[in-house]
Amino acid sequence: MTTISSDHVKASPKSDIAFILKKAFISAAVALVLFSLMIGVRTEAGPTGQLIYWTRFDDLAAIVAAVFGGSILVEAARRWLGPIGPGTLVPASVQGVVAQSGRFLAPALLVFTLLVPVIFYNQRYILDLGILVLTYVMLGWGLNVVVGLAGLLDLGYVAFYAVGAYSYALLATSFDLSFWVCLPLAGLLAACWGVMLGFPVLRLRGDYLAIVTLAFGEIIRLVILNWQSLTGGPNGISSIPRPTLFGIPLTNDDDGLAALLGIEYSPTHRIVFLFYVILGLALLTNWVTIRLRRLPIGRAWEALREDEIACRALGINTTTTKLTAFATGAMFGGFAGAFFATRQGFISPESFTFQESALVLAIVVLGGMGSQLGVAIAALCMIGGFELFRGLDQYRMLVLGMAMVLLMIWRPRGIIGHRAPTVYLKKAEAISSDLVKEGHG
Amino acid sequence: MSDHLILSVDHLTMRFGGIVAVNDLSFAAARGQITALIGPNGAGKTTVFNCITGFYKPTSGAIRLKQRGASDIALEQLNDFRIAKLAKVARTFQNIRLFPGMTVLENLMVAQHNALMRASGLTFLGLIGAPSWRAAEKRAIDLAIFWLKRINLFDRADDAAGNLPYGDQRRLEIARAMCTEPALLCLDEPAAGLNARESAALSELLLSIRADQGTSILLIEHDMSVVMEISDHVVVMDYGVKIAEGSPQRVRDDPKVIAAYLGADEKEAISVMESGE
Repeated sequence: MTTISSDHVKASPKSDIAFILKKAFISAAVALVLFSLMIGVRTEAGPTGQLIYWTRFDDLAAIVAAVFGGSILVEAARRWLGPIGPGTLVPASVQGVVAQSGRFLAPALLVFTLLVPVIFYNQRYILDLGILVLTYVMLGWGLNVVVGLAGLLDLGYVAFYAVGAYSYALLATSFDLSFWVCLPLAGLLAACWGVMLGFPVLRLRGDYLAIVTLAFGEIIRLVILNWQSLTGGPNGISSIPRPTLFGIPLTNDDDGLAALLGIEYSPTHRIVFLFYVILGLALLTNWVTIRLRRLPIGRAWEALREDEIACRALGINTTTTKLTAFATGAMFGGFAGAFFATRQGFISPESFTFQESALVLAIVVLGGMGSQLGVAIAALCMIGGFELFRGLDQYRMLVLGMAMVLLMIWRPRGIIGHRAPTVYLKKAEAISSDLVKEGHG
Repeated sequence: MSDHLILSVDHLTMRFGGIVAVNDLSFAAARGQITALIGPNGAGKTTVFNCITGFYKPTSGAIRLKQRGASDIALEQLNDFRIAKLAKVARTFQNIRLFPGMTVLENLMVAQHNALMRASGLTFLGLIGAPSWRAAEKRAIDLAIFWLKRINLFDRADDAAGNLPYGDQRRLEIARAMCTEPALLCLDEPAAGLNARESAALSELLLSIRADQGTSILLIEHDMSVVMEISDHVVVMDYGVKIAEGSPQRVRDDPKVIAAYLGADEKEAISVMESGE
């Protein structure tokens, strides 16, 4: 066996070289066609408005040569080193260490997050970024219930975010209710909308489900945009009350928290407070999701993702199971929306476009569907990483896109692709992503 | 009369457009016994199963599940999951339908969904970790362990179901159906793809289920060694109609059955049999 296969590999180095050269020529030709207009010709508006252009054939030649050389290198490495992936690039010993430290990654991240306001107290920018990341972590965890556990592809998640935000904004501005009263109400209202979306789409699966949820997200946005008398239309709702610490406002007034504690007032107090509020909400989402996974309802969600027909044969009511998944995910989206409204103090339909849904879905998919830690890491990378590359100006999107493509090549099922069992007798062994289904909607 | 029956199918007809898959079929299954439904490929056996378990709505006819000391349940009026939940009819599938990405133990826990749902107070008691819920979960795990030991898969409880060998997956699917504590167990070709040794083990398992749990079993099977060994009653179908019924011996000697299986016409089959003897 081994001799045959090694013979086969080493059979003809000549044909190997011919193959590599052929591949490199094809890649170079493709690059030439692609870049001939993008790089080879530069156009600009002249001083009098006419179109002027000049050629940059030297740049084009450099790019094509780079593609040619790169293709030879990559193909040669692939021939003589075997398939390229984290398994071959990273030595086994390092992988073992990484796997070991993976166990402590979640607690370490949590401790670090708790300390962020202490470490970066004077850096308002980092604190704001932290709040933004945590908002997306929470949204990711909420959508994870629907997409990751129940396997229902939801492209309109932002609708529930919007319902939560507008619920809080309207309740607070019209009825003068406090944030802590409105928060559960916003979650409840969003959950109701989740059930409302759930009913018509129960029979749909896969692509069809995705399209209807996408439409639902747009409907909510358009209703908000056009229902001027209630929502203010494109002008949005402004002067939304800030959250209070059990009725104590975080302001510079005499009855504010700073005055009560006898310390000097600083606007950072409110930012730190908001940071811990969203951290608490996100951890609540995480805790509930982890608990639900170990309850019959959570197992039914995952079973639904694995095989809906088998679920029905076992007497599981797939209708209510799907609706509870939609409602639970929507409720967390609603919480996050209420928080968003109170943080911004102003909301308008512009904040709830499809792009938000796509971003949250990308976080869930990149993180690994169903994995809580993976989603948190993905949110940190997507939102935090985007800010990190701010110095790269116009190449920012390019770098982020490249990172996502590489991630999907090496880890097609997300950063953490395997599934942890919810109950075990002896030892909880991670289940390989090859076996876990992605769901069909 | 009715107490010794578990299931009666009367004048069941199922049409798909112009095709009549099952035509005016009537048979009954006795309580606590193993009834086999056999016939050549395309005879309509799985269609009958899908009608009984609610995956198809029959065009006409009645399917009654008889309960001891309670009124009959009209299965043709119920949805698939309500049949499993209320009438306690469990089924397996011709092509195995486990939850491959979940562990063996989790598969058996999902099967106890309805009982656990009640015990967890529709999730709310479970969410706060109430003692009654913990006790119910413990009982559910014990039931799963009981069945894992019965099918010799206790050592693989924490492995993914999709990683099991084929024969083990077949037995796990039966165990999963049994975890719903059914009154009637419907098995669609449980011996398909098993070797002789595994088939013998399967026969033993089914006989022990009948003896120990008292579960009535309705079985579709092509493996005649299994059918002849364990069935109490055999119903033979061909082209959607019943062509014979009776004890395994009687059915085996029925010329119509032989003709259906050999594809010859009746006279020819009889002459073949007579010349053989």
